[in-house]
Amino acid sequence: MNEISRHAIPRIARLYRFQWEPVQNAFVLLFPEGMVKLNDTAGEILRRCDGARTAAEIVADLERAFESDEIGPDVDAFLAEATQSGWIEWRAAQEHP
Amino acid sequence: MNSAPDPIPLWLVAELTYTCPLHCPFCSNPVDFAQRGTELTTEQWQRVLREGRELGAVQLGFTGGEPLSRPDLETLVAHARQLGYYTNLITSGVGLNERRIKALRDAGLDHIQLSFQDSTRELNDFLSSTRTFELKRRTASLIKAYGFPMVMNCVIHRLNIDHVARIIELAEEIGAEYLELANTQFYGWAFLNRAHLLPTRAQLERAESAVAAARARLGDRLRIFHVISDYYENRPKRCQNGWGTTFIIVNPDGTALPCHAARVLPGLTFPSVRDSSLRDIWLQSDAFNRYRGTDWMAAPCRDCPEREKDLGGCRCQAYLLTGDVTATDPVCDKSPLHERVLDIVARTPQIQPSRPLVFRAPDNSQRFGTTAAAAE
Repeated sequence: MNEISRHAIPRIARLYRFQWEPVQNAFVLLFPEGMVKLNDTAGEILRRCDGARTAAEIVADLERAFESDEIGPDVDAFLAEATQSGWIEWRAAQEHP
Repeated sequence: MNSAPDPIPLWLVAELTYTCPLHCPFCSNPVDFAQRGTELTTEQWQRVLREGRELGAVQLGFTGGEPLSRPDLETLVAHARQLGYYTNLITSGVGLNERRIKALRDAGLDHIQLSFQDSTRELNDFLSSTRTFELKRRTASLIKAYGFPMVMNCVIHRLNIDHVARIIELAEEIGAEYLELANTQFYGWAFLNRAHLLPTRAQLERAESAVAAARARLGDRLRIFHVISDYYENRPKRCQNGWGTTFIIVNPDGTALPCHAARVLPGLTFPSVRDSSLRDIWLQSDAFNRYRGTDWMAAPCRDCPEREKDLGGCRCQAYLLTGDVTATDPVCDKSPLHERVLDIVARTPQIQPSRPLVFRAPDNSQRFGTTAAAAE
């Protein structure tokens, strides 16, 4: 998926677990025998990929949290990259989990 | 003033037991496993897991031997999961029946790595000295039925390297997400059996072509890791990502090691979790500090611009091939002793092993574990 639909709902993919690691002071993605340490931006986006919110709602929430209205394109770019890496999967908003 | 932060042992490897129904002649357990002390109790393991988590360990490998030989595996998985570990079960599949896999799922186990010894029943069963090939296939179905991510692991060596394309197909058939084609590295049992196990260069090149073709065909459907034997490299690998940087291995008897093969190294006393906290072991013990970083290095590593990259390579390999623990890993072509590796590789196509394969078993452990038995 190259184009991010703001109406669809992302969540952490089945192979991955997302959690806060106090010792590393970072969010991480865990998978079989491996780990990705996330930077602050990636962590803030992925922690909102909870399978309930649409991409549009995630963008809106981030804009509120960081008091900015220019971060949408960066979020789209990151979500596209995270999809490419297999970290997140999507469902359409009208489906029920 | 050194302001570098303390390293974090991201990986804790819990070798719960040396008991194993398989007898693979390339086992990574120490050759003298049968002479080792009693296993840690459930409570002792729970303390080790807690202390590891406090240090920042996040990946936890339950291995052995066969970790399913421990009836408290489910209890330990549940404890580990509650502490926040990502829990990996590294298993031969023997003993993983429906009752136990359900209990493991309920305990929160994250992932199962299942070993095969080959893609054929004949060689799988010969190498493991068991009749387990069909059982492993059934176990793989069970793992998928319970929704676990699955890594298939197959140790690669001269006897099965020509089957690599078929081994990849087996991984596809059983639905593995990842396949580890781990070419034998030569320590312990594999070192004893090197004359049987080291592939030829021609075999390795064919295998690499087969892997490349499969990757092109499969894309992201199956991720294949193909780690070749150090003997065919001209630069060494970091030992466990660097001695005392990432890994703590705890043996069944509680001995803590920076690398699972490190017990062969002379002049080191390894600490035990029975006597010390994991924090003291990681930060203070002589064993974990001895080859940490670059200060211990002699020439040519000391003056090498790549010294931070590979940190001098593997201490066990250096010792086994040169007799000197502090030598440059001789797989490096900057090592003055690199010729030794080239000689071993050059002799491989013609080699006639002078003794049969030595299988991992308690009697062979008694026989070969007392002296520093040599490879041929």
